[in-house]
Amino acid sequence: MKRVGWLFVAACLLPAAPPLVIRNAQVITVTKGSFRGEVAIRDGRIAAVGEKVLIPPNAQVLDAGGQYVMPGIIDPHSHIALESINEGAVSVASMTRVEDVLDPESVAIYRALAGGVTTVALLHGSADSIGGQCAIIKTRWGQDARGLLFEGAPPYIKFALGENVTRPGWTPRGGGPPNLRYPASRMGVEDVFRQAFTEARAYQRAWRDYKERRGRGEPAVAPRRDLKLEPLVEVLEGKRRVHTHAYRGDEILMILRVAEEFGFKIHVLVHVLEGYKVAKEIAAHGAGATTFSDWWAYKVEASDAIPYNAAVMARKGVLVSLNSDNAELMRRMNLEAAKVMKYGGLSEDEALAMITINPAKQLGIDGRVGSIEPGKDADLVIYDRHPLSSYAKVQKVVIDGRIYFDRDVDLSGREAREKRRRELLERAAARSKEAQSKNRRPQ
Amino acid sequence: MRGARLVWLLMAGAAVAAAAAGDSFLLRGGTVHPVSGPEIAGGSVLVIDGRIAEVGTRVRAPRGVPVIDVKGLEVYPGLIDSATRLGVFEIGSLRETNDFTDLGTFKPQLRIAVAINPESEHIAVTRANGITAAVVQPAGGIVAGQAALIHLDGWTNEEMLIEPSVAMRMEFPHTGGRGSYAERKKRYQAQVRELEEFFESARRYQRAKAAGGPDFRPDLRLEAMLPVLEGRLPLLIQADREKTIREALAFAEKQKVRMILQRAPQAWKLAAELKARDIPVVLAETLSLPEEEDEPYDRPFTTPGELFKAGVQFCFATYSPGGASTNPFNLPYQAAAAVPFGLPREEALKAVTLGAARIWGVADRIGSIEKGKLADLIVTDGDPLEVRTQVRRMFIRGRAVDLDNKHKRLYEKYMNRP
Repeated sequence: MKRVGWLFVAACLLPAAPPLVIRNAQVITVTKGSFRGEVAIRDGRIAAVGEKVLIPPNAQVLDAGGQYVMPGIIDPHSHIALESINEGAVSVASMTRVEDVLDPESVAIYRALAGGVTTVALLHGSADSIGGQCAIIKTRWGQDARGLLFEGAPPYIKFALGENVTRPGWTPRGGGPPNLRYPASRMGVEDVFRQAFTEARAYQRAWRDYKERRGRGEPAVAPRRDLKLEPLVEVLEGKRRVHTHAYRGDEILMILRVAEEFGFKIHVLVHVLEGYKVAKEIAAHGAGATTFSDWWAYKVEASDAIPYNAAVMARKGVLVSLNSDNAELMRRMNLEAAKVMKYGGLSEDEALAMITINPAKQLGIDGRVGSIEPGKDADLVIYDRHPLSSYAKVQKVVIDGRIYFDRDVDLSGREAREKRRRELLERAAARSKEAQSKNRRPQ
Repeated sequence: MRGARLVWLLMAGAAVAAAAAGDSFLLRGGTVHPVSGPEIAGGSVLVIDGRIAEVGTRVRAPRGVPVIDVKGLEVYPGLIDSATRLGVFEIGSLRETNDFTDLGTFKPQLRIAVAINPESEHIAVTRANGITAAVVQPAGGIVAGQAALIHLDGWTNEEMLIEPSVAMRMEFPHTGGRGSYAERKKRYQAQVRELEEFFESARRYQRAKAAGGPDFRPDLRLEAMLPVLEGRLPLLIQADREKTIREALAFAEKQKVRMILQRAPQAWKLAAELKARDIPVVLAETLSLPEEEDEPYDRPFTTPGELFKAGVQFCFATYSPGGASTNPFNLPYQAAAAVPFGLPREEALKAVTLGAARIWGVADRIGSIEKGKLADLIVTDGDPLEVRTQVRRMFIRGRAVDLDNKHKRLYEKYMNRP
């Protein structure tokens, strides 16, 4: 049933998409203004953008009929298409990798795509203080797990603070008392980080010593490899980015100070619902912030969350993006962007930047995606109305220059898919009946 | 003391003067959207003693009635959210702040109207986006209790009430939940039996009470069922999948009760029957994922349009026990989400105003800008279903409502942090 839509997808998998020109469009570049114009795409990249562009021979021409073209939406915090999310049993789970549990057949990918999302950061959950290694994918529906991965994206890791990590663990399957797990307070959370990075430093030094001795030709025994500490050493060495789930102002300052003590950087504060209280300090550290537009009050640490959070942080110099953390919300991130205009009065471009170029910068992929500029990946969304309108609907989504979602194709294929679905259900029912009659024992 | 009071009065006086004095005023020169009729450009709404006295283009303010210029702005009836936990929920993870659910399976005697906290931060936050009335619903068990319809303004919960009891809320048993399918099926069958037995005992109670024999003993639980059995109080049934909806419809028919269907992501499959039996639907899940993995990606967005085409009455809401609840201040966007997928825009607006009022039996009092109705009004700078629109003023029963709230206070405080 997960393969519904494969026929359509097969067409997208054909090698070497021909050049594509989108004409007669309201082009929203996000970084270079908006105008009525054209976008030319060649070899999966944006070749030209302007009021008039050169149309390459043999180009497929798509008349947008005055509709809006904007960069594909980037959701910097999601857990879709993962077969598991949290390790949960330990406080430091840096050895786990969400890339290992990526499910390319999850229909959530197609639904996100149909909502205009072309790039998604898939994060480990927030049950562990130091969570696992994360992955960035493009919503290339129909590709296998490897084909979804965003090639060359910088590696990163998830940290988490506050209630999710201090809450006692879940009740084990089959009952019994809930797992007790350190930390159980925000004091303990700081300690977990300082302990882990103290260990990581020692491990880093052990390897450095070993390599130096070998370099000098001295006898040396290699340290025992530690898959948990390796990614933390990468953090210390600036080779792995850090995304930290945080809510309260105090814990945001705590993690910034821990990072400063150990000489690394927090790239993105995730959720960061009280970021507006400590925006000055976040900006001084140089961390980005990715937040919900208006979620609040679902737990104590979210009780001071305000929908003005994104706007306040942006006004105080923080690089801000919006995230969904939710397979449904991610289908309409354009309206989440509209909310930062409502709450805090940001401009259209500032609002749209929060779901395109800003998350791209935070993820270190802004050289490739996040705006409509020549040389960037041709990841585009076509909306029938201005994307900041409640009434806007996604018509087409292009990734790497190929049309991965086309509403007309989706609509015209529905009948055939429904027919196929019914056939499969009938076949399954017949098979189960047959199996039942075979298994029936003689009375 | 006296001095402080005077200062307070002066301050309040200044604020009120900026809005309206008392509950009589004339809104003049805006575009009025009555919902019950076509929009009126350059229109005015006269409010006297909290009620709408006149609507039109040539309305004059009687002597002493202040005039509020709303030129360039839009006047709409206040929005109605048909399923919320407003006033009975503060912080999701804190049990002590959650009063919408109690122990037990059948508890029709529970009245949420008595547990509403007028000081809840959620009320002011919700109001700020144009919502003036809300149905507050209990949850849990099979029969959860009585839902109340409230105004989002009032010094006490009693003052807030429009109707203390607008529906008896129940969840129809289904085979979902935890455990193996065999366990769930067994539980479901037991619950259906219990439900039928419960209604049967309520009927026996009804007969015993009518007979008035010497052994008759009052029973609050069964007593609370009488308005349902007598068709005076609708039974608000939450049912999710097609099969459960069918069973709920059959149950309501057998029991001869008035039914309102809630949640019902698969109601579109039964639109013809809902229309034929005149059963309205409370849609709390436009902004949700398709119920089934293989349904079209836009299924929740197309459902309202399909119900409309079939002639089914429906309204929008934000709370769905066990479902995809959203913040009640996002109510307008539950409605807006259906517009690009087949629901006419004016019908989306109706389903959060007059349509909702009709379903809850209060269309004589709220839901549109018509003479004689309570003056529940919002003044906006645009279409209230558009995210970017700001609500500039609000009146509930003709009283100017303060649109300030915790979010705005924290915003201003920290925006001004040096």
